[in-house]
Amino acid sequence: MARGDHLVISSGDAVQPFHYAVGLHGSKFFHELKENRRIVGIKCPSCGKVYTPPRRVCGDCFVENKQWLEVGPQGVIDTYTIVRYAFIDPETGKQKPVPYGYGFIRFDGADTRFQHFVELNDARPIKIGARVEPVFAEERKGTIRDILYFRILD
Amino acid sequence: MAKKRVAVVGTGQTMHKSHRPDVNGQELINEAVKTALADAGLTINDIDAIVIGNMDHFEGINYVDCWSVDGSGGWMRPIIKLTTGGTTGSTLAIGGYHMVASGMFEKVLVIGWEKNSESDTTGAITTAFDPIWDRLVFAGAIAGLAAEGMAYMTEFGITDKDAARVSVRDRKHACNNPHAQLRKEVTLEEVLASPMLSDPIHLLDVCPRTDGACAVIMASEDVAQKICPTPAWIWGTANRHTYTYVGDLNLGEIDSMKYAAAELWRKTGITEPRKQIDVIELYQPYSFAGIIWIEAMGIIPRGKGAEYIWSGATDMGGELPINPSGGVIACNPIGATGLIRCAEACTQIMGKGGARQVPGVKMAVSTGFGGCFWTDILLYGKEKPNF
Repeated sequence: MARGDHLVISSGDAVQPFHYAVGLHGSKFFHELKENRRIVGIKCPSCGKVYTPPRRVCGDCFVENKQWLEVGPQGVIDTYTIVRYAFIDPETGKQKPVPYGYGFIRFDGADTRFQHFVELNDARPIKIGARVEPVFAEERKGTIRDILYFRILD
Repeated sequence: MAKKRVAVVGTGQTMHKSHRPDVNGQELINEAVKTALADAGLTINDIDAIVIGNMDHFEGINYVDCWSVDGSGGWMRPIIKLTTGGTTGSTLAIGGYHMVASGMFEKVLVIGWEKNSESDTTGAITTAFDPIWDRLVFAGAIAGLAAEGMAYMTEFGITDKDAARVSVRDRKHACNNPHAQLRKEVTLEEVLASPMLSDPIHLLDVCPRTDGACAVIMASEDVAQKICPTPAWIWGTANRHTYTYVGDLNLGEIDSMKYAAAELWRKTGITEPRKQIDVIELYQPYSFAGIIWIEAMGIIPRGKGAEYIWSGATDMGGELPINPSGGVIACNPIGATGLIRCAEACTQIMGKGGARQVPGVKMAVSTGFGGCFWTDILLYGKEKPNF
């Protein structure tokens, strides 16, 4: 037995028992994404901020959001990083696909940013202000992975 | 408003290291507690209540308030746990302050600790973020900070060399601090040549992972000066949380710091923080924050941070030294880190800083940063607040 092996704690083949509810607002977002390749947001009746991801309450105003809007699907990179350090993703037990573009994307018509992968392409380098569009998965399941990544347009 | 004025009357820290296999958690905690009690000239029987915390999920052991009682002194005493991610240490200080200020407890022992060597730091931090919307691209603490640094760099045209100057400062300061984990000077060239972790952050721009504990004893004005002739009076505290999902953040300027600092200055009558504050212990997990966050704090106008850093004003001997301890870049036992900032700021007020002492400190600030972009901020004075 190698040094320290007796101290290893693992869960073997067991899966994690977490089954998260996305709520009515998350469900509508993922339904539109899956069925119609549409991106939706929701507008605060008080301050007018358009939230994507959509959520029930505007935290700033503490009022219920009710007005659904279609946003995007194109948007702009508000900020980004290129993640280069390798680490194990606790969600999958596998290494994250470094290097990868990590974008904070503001869909046209939205005020908050949506986090997703952005392509790394020498011909169209990732930069703040770049316009992007989502590349949708052919087979969509109603998850955030229904968008494969964002493609840089300029 | 506080019913009782409150002062820090003693502090204790372990010698922080990357790995402390010689002690378990409660033994590590005990080292800091014994040091703080000795610093205040108190015994555990003088303590009325304990506040303790570390970061959820780190070490894979929760309920430190329960299992550490042999080491913390919490056996058969009122003890409560606070945990708020990266801000845990500063939240502990605010919680201890509230307990004493309420008049319900006279002397409170505040403890923060972490054994990062027994944790998967990035994995554990990931569990603090939304599983549906945040985790797909999430990459621990560094990527969010990198996105902030990138936004600020692009807006104001600074470079990673400007940020590296902050790292050079803190790593130099750390050489004066026997408690710091990393005590080695680096050059600008070395910072810039270190591996790029997440653009624009290099390895030497960020904090390490550390094993360590810190304890701080707070006492009410009824007894503070009997315990410690020059205690550090807590003038006020403020904190802000600003987002649900990371994409909600206004990355590039830290709103939580802006609003927390503004509230603190208003409550305590600070009108020119740059002139009225003598030293800052900034919870600065990466170098760019040393530029961006002091602007949000109102020390200097937005966009002028890099110029201010290059002037040497924040170096030891400058007009407003920042992180005489070496700060978070030199030492980061996460659940203790915010409390170490408190202990170090109070040490400066008490004049016990040794080689890292800034002369004549009358007003000091410590901050905490956590989760992504939450801020705690505390102001301390040598004089008792007159409000």
